[in-house]
Amino acid sequence: MPIQPPVESPRDLGEAYALLAATHHRPIAGGTDVMVQITGEIGQLPDRLLDVWHLEGLRGITVSEGALTIGALTTYTAMRHSAPCREHAPALVEAAATIGAAQIQNRGTIGGNIANASPAGDTLPVLLAMDAEIVAGSLRGERIVAAADFWTGYRRTALAPDELVLRVRLPIAPDREVRFRKIGTRRAQAISKVVMALSWHLRDGRPEWRDVRVALGSVAERPIRVVATEALLEGAAPTAETAARAAEAVAGEIKPIDDVRSTADYRRAVTARVLQRMIREAGGW
Amino acid sequence: MLVNGDAVEVDVPGMRRLLDVLREDLGLSGTKEGCGEGECGACSVLLDGELVDACLVPICQVDGHVVRTVEGLAGRAVDGQPDLSQLDVVQSAFLETGGAQCGICTPGMLMAAHAFLASGADPTDEAIREAIAGNLCRCTGYTKIVDAIVLAAHSASQPPVE
Repeated sequence: MPIQPPVESPRDLGEAYALLAATHHRPIAGGTDVMVQITGEIGQLPDRLLDVWHLEGLRGITVSEGALTIGALTTYTAMRHSAPCREHAPALVEAAATIGAAQIQNRGTIGGNIANASPAGDTLPVLLAMDAEIVAGSLRGERIVAAADFWTGYRRTALAPDELVLRVRLPIAPDREVRFRKIGTRRAQAISKVVMALSWHLRDGRPEWRDVRVALGSVAERPIRVVATEALLEGAAPTAETAARAAEAVAGEIKPIDDVRSTADYRRAVTARVLQRMIREAGGW
Repeated sequence: MLVNGDAVEVDVPGMRRLLDVLREDLGLSGTKEGCGEGECGACSVLLDGELVDACLVPICQVDGHVVRTVEGLAGRAVDGQPDLSQLDVVQSAFLETGGAQCGICTPGMLMAAHAFLASGADPTDEAIREAIAGNLCRCTGYTKIVDAIVLAAHSASQPPVE
C-alpha cells in the first residue's frame, strides 16, 4: 500500500492560496505525475498535498484580447476536443495527443505539465515556441512569467512555494507557423527521447523566417530554447543549405545525457535530423 | 459516491487510491493492479464516464462522483452479484472472439472498449487501437481484442434479435 499523506481539498482559490501561504503543500491536479511519484517512492515524498481538482475556475479555454487562454486544470482530452485550441494551437493539440493514452489524457492537465517541470514534458516545447505566458497566483496577487523564464533547472520553476499555476496565455499570431514532433519508443505511453517544437513568422509573403523559435525537451536538464540555432535561422529562407547548417548547430548546442530511455549520441543525431526534416518540409524541397 | 449504481460511503484517507478503495474497502477485486504507475491500464475504470487508471486517482477527487467497474457491466442476479448469464455486449464479444486469455488485462480492456463505444467514434482498426493504447496485453497480440470491439460495435448498433 502506498503512503497516504494528508491532503486538503479546497473548494475555492482563496482557500487554496491561504493553505499554501500557511505551510508547504504539494499541489495535485489529475495525479498522473504525483501519484506515480508517491506510489513509486520517487524523489522526496510530499508531507502534505493540496488537491486543486475541484477549483472549477481553473478549467476552460477562452479566446480574447488576441490570445488563447487555457486554464491550468484543462486536460489533454479537453484540449484535443477544443475548437479554439485546434484553430489557434494545432501543435499543442498534436502534443496533447502524444501524451500517454486515453487514461492519462483524461486526467493529465496542462497546468500539471507546466508545474511538474519534467525536462520531457511534451507540451512545454510548444509553449516555448509559441511565446506562452504562464499566469501564477497567490495571496499576493497574480503575476505573469514568460515560458522562456519559467523552467529554471532540473524540475525547478520560477514559482514561489505559495504560488499556483492558474492559466497559460498563448498569443494568437495568424502569420506564425508552429511544428511539433515527438520521438519515443512507441506512439502511446512513451516518455520522449526527444521532443521538439519549431515556430517562425512569415512577413509580407517573403520566404525569410522571422522570430524563429526552436524549443526542445529531453535534451537538457529542463525544456530549452536553442538560441544560437534560432539566431542562425533568423532571417534565413528554408533552403537545403539552411537546414544543414541548423542541424549541425543544434547538435552542438544541446546537452543530452545517456539514461534508461536513450543515449546522448542518439538524441543528438535525432534532434539534428528532426530539425533538418522540419525545415525541408517547410521549404517544400 | 456511486459505484456501479450503488451509493457508497467510505471513511478513508483522502490520498488513498481509488484502486485500493475498490479492491480492499469495497471488495470489488475485478479491477486489477498491474504496474501501479499508469502504464498498463489493468486498473482502468470509468469515472463520470471517462476512462481513468484507478491507481492514479486519489479518493478525495471521487467524492460525490460516479464510478463504473467491470462488476457493473453484466446484469445482476437477485443476490446483487453480476449474473454470468446476462453478460453485456462487450463481454460477450470478448468471449466470442477469444479476446481474453490470462484475464489480467481483460477488466481494463472491457472498460476501455466501453469508453470507446460510448464515444460514438467509427470502429476503425486505427481508432480502436488508439482507444486501447493505454491497456497492455501480453497474451493476445491485440488482434482478437480489436476483433471483439468491432463485433461489439456492430452488435450494439443492431436491434436485438428475438
